[in-house]
Amino acid sequence: MTTASSADHPTRRDFLFVATGAAAAVGGAAALWPFVSQMNPDASTIAAGAPIEVDLSPVAEGQDIKVFWRGKPIYISHRTKKQIDEARAVPVASLPDPQSDEARVKAGHDQWLVVIGICTHLGCIPIAHEGNYDGFFCPCHGSQYDSSGRIRQGPAPLNLAVPPYQFVSDTKIQIG
Amino acid sequence: MSGPSDFQPSNPALQWIERRLPILGLMHSSFVVYPTPRNLNYWWTFGAILSFMLGMQILTGVILAMHYTPHADLAFKSVELLVRDVNYGWLLRNMHASGASMFFFAVYVHMLRGVYYGSYKEPREVLWILGVIIYLLMMATGFMGYVLPWGQMSFWGATVITNLFSAIPYVGESIVTLLWGGYSVGNPTLNRFFSLHYLLPFLIAGVVVLHVWALHVAGQNNPDGVEPKTEKDTVPFTPHATIKDGFGVACFLLLYAWFIFYMPNYLGDADNYIPANPGVTPPHIVPEWYYLPFYAILRSIPNKLAGVIGMFSAIIILCFLPWLDAAKTRSSKYRPLAKQFFWIFVVVCILLGYLGAQPPEGIYVYAGRVLTVCYFAYFLIVLPLLSRIEKPRPVPNSISEAILAKSGKAVASIAVALVAAGALFVGTLQDARAEEGGTKPPGNSWSFAGPFGKYDRGALQRGLKVYKEVCSNCHALSYIAFRNLGDPGGPGYSAAQVAAFASDYKIKDGPNDQGEMFERPGRAADYFPSPFPNEQAARAANGGAAPPDLSLITKARSYGRGFPMFIVDFFSQYQEQGPDYVAAVLQGFEDKVPEGVTIPEGSYYNKYFPGHAIKMPKPLSDGQVTYDDGSPATVAQYAKDVTTFLMWAAEPHMEARKRIGFQVFIFLIIFAGLMYFTKKKVWADSH
Ligand code: FES
Repeated sequence: MTTASSADHPTRRDFLFVATGAAAAVGGAAALWPFVSQMNPDASTIAAGAPIEVDLSPVAEGQDIKVFWRGKPIYISHRTKKQIDEARAVPVASLPDPQSDEARVKAGHDQWLVVIGICTHLGCIPIAHEGNYDGFFCPCHGSQYDSSGRIRQGPAPLNLAVPPYQFVSDTKIQIG
Repeated sequence: MSGPSDFQPSNPALQWIERRLPILGLMHSSFVVYPTPRNLNYWWTFGAILSFMLGMQILTGVILAMHYTPHADLAFKSVELLVRDVNYGWLLRNMHASGASMFFFAVYVHMLRGVYYGSYKEPREVLWILGVIIYLLMMATGFMGYVLPWGQMSFWGATVITNLFSAIPYVGESIVTLLWGGYSVGNPTLNRFFSLHYLLPFLIAGVVVLHVWALHVAGQNNPDGVEPKTEKDTVPFTPHATIKDGFGVACFLLLYAWFIFYMPNYLGDADNYIPANPGVTPPHIVPEWYYLPFYAILRSIPNKLAGVIGMFSAIIILCFLPWLDAAKTRSSKYRPLAKQFFWIFVVVCILLGYLGAQPPEGIYVYAGRVLTVCYFAYFLIVLPLLSRIEKPRPVPNSISEAILAKSGKAVASIAVALVAAGALFVGTLQDARAEEGGTKPPGNSWSFAGPFGKYDRGALQRGLKVYKEVCSNCHALSYIAFRNLGDPGGPGYSAAQVAAFASDYKIKDGPNDQGEMFERPGRAADYFPSPFPNEQAARAANGGAAPPDLSLITKARSYGRGFPMFIVDFFSQYQEQGPDYVAAVLQGFEDKVPEGVTIPEGSYYNKYFPGHAIKMPKPLSDGQVTYDDGSPATVAQYAKDVTTFLMWAAEPHMEARKRIGFQVFIFLIIFAGLMYFTKKKVWADSH
């Protein structure tokens, strides 16, 4: 870069060049930050992602509902006794993503399965009550989930995720 | 100039590319070894400054487009929300909006430099004409960009400017309909302006490439206007010109940052903080400052078609400059008469700009006509005549001779000239909105004024109380969410306090599973509910005048400061016209109507309201709102508190803006200093 050939104060000149270059680099990097940061969710999006409450009382046994939280569909299934038994009969170690059914529901509310309805393969929405395992079937590339939302067959690597939630009363949950 | 490059990269991978696409060689010959006249002064750094600004506008523009909605019902709101909610949204918007002004400021300096030093003369005619084309494209881009926020000035500016084309005989009306995509300026107009506003900068960038290409064929002109003859007359572009340009850009950034962080609304119009309303024209339609001289020419010709032709010829005439001025001597440095007329021309342009901002009445119209004649006379009479009669001073034989002849005195005087020119240029813009029968509001000492201003938390909390108990009965605050009350730089409530405050409100939500709307307690994410369901209801309940939304009121109201105060304001950072006005109106009610003023039925006398007849009855009286913190329960205190609150509502990120601004200034001053000394070192052998 520098072709100036003055030799009188080589060190002082070098220091000046380095300092100027460093200041330019630091300033440029700092100036870049707002341009990156603006891509993050804005304040209204974050505020709209606050926890939501869902009333479970209208959901009959064997039925399920879909609610949206942070733009994601959440499946809430009121499972039948048969579904629960099936889910608990499988040896956990044989599963691709080993997890017991008990660990996926809240104790004392075993009939309620709450999962994020997004296929862990590439993000399609699985269909409830379809497939070979009394659970979910993803039409995109044929992943099958069981009645606990665990992956049983197909390309998806992981079980359907359980969102953060808790029971605020026997018939009401808060998601988020 | 430099011929084919003999640049050979040492890296084999680069060699491989270079043999197939000699782009590195092109860069090398254009921006590294390219010989640049050694006598260039700082006016020549404006080319680099303009390139920088173009890049800046494209970058910030692309980002703003990510958050903007080009729809007539949503555009205004999306701009407000991007400023309020997007991380650093306020910064990006200020950069883009002030950037447009800075871009034009730089282009005017660049053009005037070209005129002064005769840079348009043989063999640089095409270079010059390309520059005029860039300028025209910039004007179109700037105009359409100003329409996008869809405020009152956007809407009416769009109406007035598109209507210029209706002056064309026979086809004018059809052209205007074609531009609008409708029977008036509306959503289709906004959509196409957005599309074109995004497109044109890339066309500008393309023409800039041609401009630089033409420049590198003819070589740069220089202050002495003699072509470089030997090696001794030039220095390599890098590092000499790059470092000098870099220093120029750093200094320019200081001015730019002054606007971004401290005076973001100084160059704008308060009316543009009022959403577009096709039913009401603002009393004075004023374009952005950079169009004002041409606007003045348009208005001073009392015939529609002639006015439009006059305005456009004022720009097109620049294309013919190389032939209008046939003088052999390029630089005005050696043309004593041309030099004087040049400065007269600059003054004429500035005065025209000033007139463009004045109401088109009385003396202003006549002054406008005289100056319009002067403007054209410069090109059509003065320059052709001068090239015949003027006896130029002898021009030096070569650049190195010119350098030997003069001792360095330029730098300081140029810095001074820059500041003065900046102040003057900027000064021309402020619309001296006539007083319209209002009395000037008294100034207040606001805690948020000045470079280190902060909101007074107590005042914000008390002001919120006044708004809630008094103003909110009629006035909406629709851009403010309850969560904002807990934001940093705001009233400073905790999350729990915000939740409690929000739950006092009933918010309409729905539809529920039965398809019905229902009411629920407010949450932090909800916005302040409006007192009326729609504008018609608000109008009907208030004697025909809808109470304005207060979210932006302190930015949407202003009053003219007049000459020379608006120049002083630029340096003192005074920008509290809005709060001063709002506080004054709240206290300006008087029962006794002064002699000679008639107030119609259903209106009230207010000393500070323009025209004095306000539809709002006196809203505040002593003791009306109870304060818990012992502040006096007086109208004066209420007015001050609620105005502070509304200022925060209009500018919730002001504290961050001023804080970051201070950091930026510290950095820029240090950086500019470093650049200056580096530049001196690099140039040490070359002077
Ligand atoms: S996305 Fe569900 S299987 Fe591929």
